[in-house]
Amino acid sequence: MSASWAVWLLLIAFVVFTTAGDVFLAKAMTRIGDLGVLRRQKGLVACVAAVMSSGQFWLAIVNMALSFFSLLTALNWANLSFVGPASSALTFVANIAAARVFLKEDVDRRRWLAAAMVCVGILLIGLDPPK
Amino acid sequence: MTVSKYLTLLAIVICSTLGDFLLKVGMNQMGDVSLLTDPLILIRALVNPWVAAGTLVLIGFFVAFTVALSWADLSYVMPATALGYVLTTILSAMVLGEHVSGYRWAGVIIISLAVGFVTQGKARTVPEGPQT
Repeated sequence: MSASWAVWLLLIAFVVFTTAGDVFLAKAMTRIGDLGVLRRQKGLVACVAAVMSSGQFWLAIVNMALSFFSLLTALNWANLSFVGPASSALTFVANIAAARVFLKEDVDRRRWLAAAMVCVGILLIGLDPPK
Repeated sequence: MTVSKYLTLLAIVICSTLGDFLLKVGMNQMGDVSLLTDPLILIRALVNPWVAAGTLVLIGFFVAFTVALSWADLSYVMPATALGYVLTTILSAMVLGEHVSGYRWAGVIIISLAVGFVTQGKARTVPEGPQT
């Protein structure tokens, strides 16, 4: 396997930064509410202003930038066929758990089952990387 | 779910798949990257046309993802993003004529079922507004 300990460290960094970014973004957007409704009521400028003035949105941006550079480096050190499925499957589990713990979402059996099915599906695809 | 909301989920899938592909092509062109010997290499990578294009497409993904999170839970949107694997596999088989094994088709079917399963449920389970 081409994934060394350094690649695994980068994958862990990617998962942590991505999950933190997703959680901050979800918190920001939940507070702002449906952008489609806001745009119809107050216009596009109000939507952009609402998003840009959120501190949690900018925390999400910082974390996503860090996850982006982690992914960029991991893609250079390992094959996409390894990095893609591994990072996606790990991010899935971390995101669903974070949604339950930090966002207090109602992660019912339907969502856990869907997340588990997606992980299995991603790993099956990863077993047979494209040539 | 309205048509525009399904289109938002579709934009997430297409932009994330295309963005990752463009980044991979660009980073392959950069050769071996070592942050220890050349810490500015990642900044220089951004001027590579493939990496720049991938970054722009991923900004499109981010906008669509942000819009989706304004009306749906994170645990609802996440499974939908996995449809990118389905898209890649179908394009590989139908457009590029690649051989797709039983493992990959099984993975595609399981992910499709999972996405169909989760999108049948409620999109939002937490109250919106400043109280959250």
